[in-house]
Amino acid sequence: MSQSNSLLDRRAVAATLLANRGGMIAVTGLGAPTYDAAAAGDHPLNFYLWGAMGGAAMIGLGLALAQPDRHVLVLTGDGEMLMGAQSFATIAMQRPANLSIAIVDNGRYGETGGQESATARTSDLTAVAAGFGIPDAATLTTMDEVAAFAASLHQPQTAPRVRVIKIRPEDLVRVLPVRDGATIRTRIQAALAQ
Amino acid sequence: MSIDTDSAAAWPAEIHATLERYDVRQVAYVPDGGHAVLIQMAHDTPTMRPIALTTEEEGIALLTGAAVGGQRGVLLMQSSGVGNCVNMLSLVQMCRVPLLVIVTMRGEWGEFNPWQIPMGAATPQAFEMMGVRTVRVDRPEEVGPTLDAAARMVYDGGAAVAVLLSQRLIGAKVFVK
Repeated sequence: MSQSNSLLDRRAVAATLLANRGGMIAVTGLGAPTYDAAAAGDHPLNFYLWGAMGGAAMIGLGLALAQPDRHVLVLTGDGEMLMGAQSFATIAMQRPANLSIAIVDNGRYGETGGQESATARTSDLTAVAAGFGIPDAATLTTMDEVAAFAASLHQPQTAPRVRVIKIRPEDLVRVLPVRDGATIRTRIQAALAQ
Repeated sequence: MSIDTDSAAAWPAEIHATLERYDVRQVAYVPDGGHAVLIQMAHDTPTMRPIALTTEEEGIALLTGAAVGGQRGVLLMQSSGVGNCVNMLSLVQMCRVPLLVIVTMRGEWGEFNPWQIPMGAATPQAFEMMGVRTVRVDRPEEVGPTLDAAARMVYDGGAAVAVLLSQRLIGAKVFVK
């Protein structure tokens, strides 16, 4: 990994995407993205996942269709997205303008010992998303690009977006948010009702 | 695929009317011959958003998001897709969200394709082992009352229920030309 010095810090990426979030809902994929979101600061509109691997993007779609006046950000990892990559097709057909999917991609299954994922050598999730019909898919490699994308989460969009953000593979201290799913669900519903 | 109008009974319209009465908005489905009439009706209903899935487990995740976001949904599939949902049904148990699934059964009454039999036979157990109640419908006159009872358990009671429409009810004509 000769590029590792230029790869981004995942905690900085999550903190940037979730800063000044207003009424935005965040769905976080199991494992490190959930810890990254918790490290950025607990929030009642965080839908922390601890399982349901491959389902984060579709949960985001259901929320985005149900809450058209809010933006929904799915923050997940390359392994989780690979398990549900076909849902790009479903999302592209529905075309929710208020859904963005940020995939922090380190080419590793960090939760299980750092085994390589398909994105480490062969697969390109940006191209996969575009191939399934996501109209706006891009790879981000700098914090300036991440910051610009974060700012755009609070502007009206016209189509769902996918951003693959290249991060360093590293094993950080786990920041563990609430695990009880019913508590997470009722907390979100109470926040949405305000 | 053409629908045999002789066997296009009243029950798809009864299901549709029940879903409309319960203000169901997100109608997720994997394309299916037994559900073809109902799927078309959902496409023709302005208050319903038809959502074609690539695989059934997407629907479990979608409807979890819909429920948390305050919208009611339903998932239409055939029995061959039930096994695809097993791990994703953890979401429904963990988050205790309501879930209504309507399944057209294959692999039982007059099935010509033996590949449908294993998953068809395991469908009730696959749901029940993940905490989803099943209720089976064999006769056309039972569809309306069963759907209403299931919808009430789900949307008023917060339960997870799968209604299994038997292959005898649907009729082999839908599948074989």
